[in-house]
Amino acid sequence: MSAAQWRRAMNGGLAAAAARPRPMAPRTLPAAPAVEDPYAASDAPRWLKHLWRTLAPRHVFVGAFVLLFPFVATPFFTFQVAAQSLVLGLIALSLAFLAGYGGMVSLAQMTVAGIAGYGLAVLGTSSSPEISLAWPWWVAVPAAIAFAVLCATLIGWLSVRTEGIYTIMITLAIGVAFYFLVLQNYSVFNGFEGLRQLAPPTVFGINWRAPMPFYFLSLFCAMSGYFLVRYIVRAPFGVALQGVRDNPRRMEALGFNVVAHRVAAYALAGLLAAVGGLLLAWYNALMTPGSVGTSWMINILVIAVLGGLKHPIGAFLGAIVFVLLQTFAIDLIDRERFNLVIGGVFLAIVLFSPDGLLGLWAKLRSRFGPNQVLTSTQRRHP
Amino acid sequence: MTRTRLAAWVLIGGPIAVFSLWAMFDNTRLYFVTLLNGLTLASLYFIVASGFTLVFGLMRNVNLAHGSLYLLGGYVGYVVAAWTGWWLIALAAGFLAAALAGLLMQWGILRHMQGQELRQTMVTIGLSIVVADILLWIFTGQVHQMEAPEWLQGPIRGIPLINAYGAFRLSLLGFGIAIGLFLWWLLARTRVGMMIRAGVDDRAMLAAAGVNVNLVFAVTFALGAGLAGFGGVIGAVELSMVPGEDIRLLLASLIVVIVGGMGSVVGAAIGAVILGLSETYGLAYAPTYSVVFTFVILILVLAFRPRGIMGRAA
Repeated sequence: MSAAQWRRAMNGGLAAAAARPRPMAPRTLPAAPAVEDPYAASDAPRWLKHLWRTLAPRHVFVGAFVLLFPFVATPFFTFQVAAQSLVLGLIALSLAFLAGYGGMVSLAQMTVAGIAGYGLAVLGTSSSPEISLAWPWWVAVPAAIAFAVLCATLIGWLSVRTEGIYTIMITLAIGVAFYFLVLQNYSVFNGFEGLRQLAPPTVFGINWRAPMPFYFLSLFCAMSGYFLVRYIVRAPFGVALQGVRDNPRRMEALGFNVVAHRVAAYALAGLLAAVGGLLLAWYNALMTPGSVGTSWMINILVIAVLGGLKHPIGAFLGAIVFVLLQTFAIDLIDRERFNLVIGGVFLAIVLFSPDGLLGLWAKLRSRFGPNQVLTSTQRRHP
Repeated sequence: MTRTRLAAWVLIGGPIAVFSLWAMFDNTRLYFVTLLNGLTLASLYFIVASGFTLVFGLMRNVNLAHGSLYLLGGYVGYVVAAWTGWWLIALAAGFLAAALAGLLMQWGILRHMQGQELRQTMVTIGLSIVVADILLWIFTGQVHQMEAPEWLQGPIRGIPLINAYGAFRLSLLGFGIAIGLFLWWLLARTRVGMMIRAGVDDRAMLAAAGVNVNLVFAVTFALGAGLAGFGGVIGAVELSMVPGEDIRLLLASLIVVIVGGMGSVVGAAIGAVILGLSETYGLAYAPTYSVVFTFVILILVLAFRPRGIMGRAA
């Protein structure tokens, strides 16, 4: 290797980052005043005007689609495909938020979700009355979420003590250790058997595990999570977090508490993952060590990377692709070989399109479509 | 010694000393057998984790396929041993197979994304999923247990306090020490080792000095992967091969290098001893909570020495 080649290899990341457009500015600045606001004169409330400004036909289309979907699709599609995608997408969203805006790739998001699920199983009702405390759902659900968020904060506090690539190792170690804990411990987690028969409560006379109610419950949680993330990344906290991602030393010098911002990001991501974990526990109706095992921890990463780690919507896109693969790859190949397929797809995405399917789409658009560029909010790879 | 350091020693060493005294009086034989079990497990962890830490220290590449390389080495060793009947040949075959796989990984894929740490790590995750599934396909989910070679079968009798102890397990200690000495010799006394150490400190400067860095990377990666395969063959006798062992050894490697300090072989030895002892003592004295001890150690180390016991600033 010649010296020039070597230098290029060493500086590859930096040069590529510099060559990419700086997308931070248009996102974080207030709406550009260059375009005249057509709704300035109307006396509608501010949020409605904002909605009209930002709403595009595709938003309306997607919104109508997700609302009407369960009425035209079979219960199988509504529950097994759509609801599962939304739930997994919500957990992957927590990772996409952490990785895309905080620059911290945590593999322990599934662990946080699992803690919430196990928390619900232990505090609420399950098939093991000697373990479950049988609290009413309106106590057990908030308690499980609060406990999971607390654990997420602790995990965050531990992993932000070191930086960069170490995060992935520490969170993986924590996640695998939790897996072995629930596998070996019978007094609280019921070991290999796990806790079964976790049913969502019947509220307002509706069985929330029936396909359509569960779909709308998942949709509500997923959309709340999505819009929360979209809101947070424009709020002062989110902007500061992106600053911490891009240059922690400068943010430190500017007087921001870098550690506090990172831990807070973990806590917020923990909240999203915890809600997703509760839904997942209800969806599967059981919590076993397998549901917090390495394969699921990595599956969440696969989902987030598949869609595009830097885009919140990518989490849901990745989840849909993942669930469709999981459901229908069996018809094409042996059921046992699903891991080979998903591993191969993941490898292909990482090797050829690091920005996931959305990155692929942007690449195709810039090559074939009209001259416009889809920019990501991220300057450097995390 | 400063006062805080003394306090830390007392706080950590005190409970351990109290526990040791109690356990020794309670059941002397159990205590010492567990000690030996812990040390032999630690040698296996050290052999596997030293490869991991070597690769990480030089290339800043977290090779999460390290567990898969361990499994690959173990299975190859199993096949070769069944074929030739020679355990030592199986050991060499396991080393070579994993080293070759590592070389292919580094030369074929990772070399092209040097400096993009996260992408490299994700590639190794993808590879580990694929390799684990292919191995599952070929060898099925059955337990493959390898026989120890004849000259290491059976117990050694007449050891004071313990009476008898498995010869193979005891030989693990020897393997661990031998690998440790070999790595020390390689890193401290040879030209290649000099280049590796220089690369750990400053890759750009090493390249500027006219060394073919890519070659050094490839050699180190092959060596690190080979150590995982070597550990795999030993583990195939000591533990047995089943899908899932790769995750277990990957976790062990991660914790060993996090506790010991990333990129330091001495740190890997310290971390392996700590992890091996805590795991076996945990299993012997508090079976359902043994993982919690590992957790506590991880938390303590990260809280007080975020870069590990022997870690240095990057």
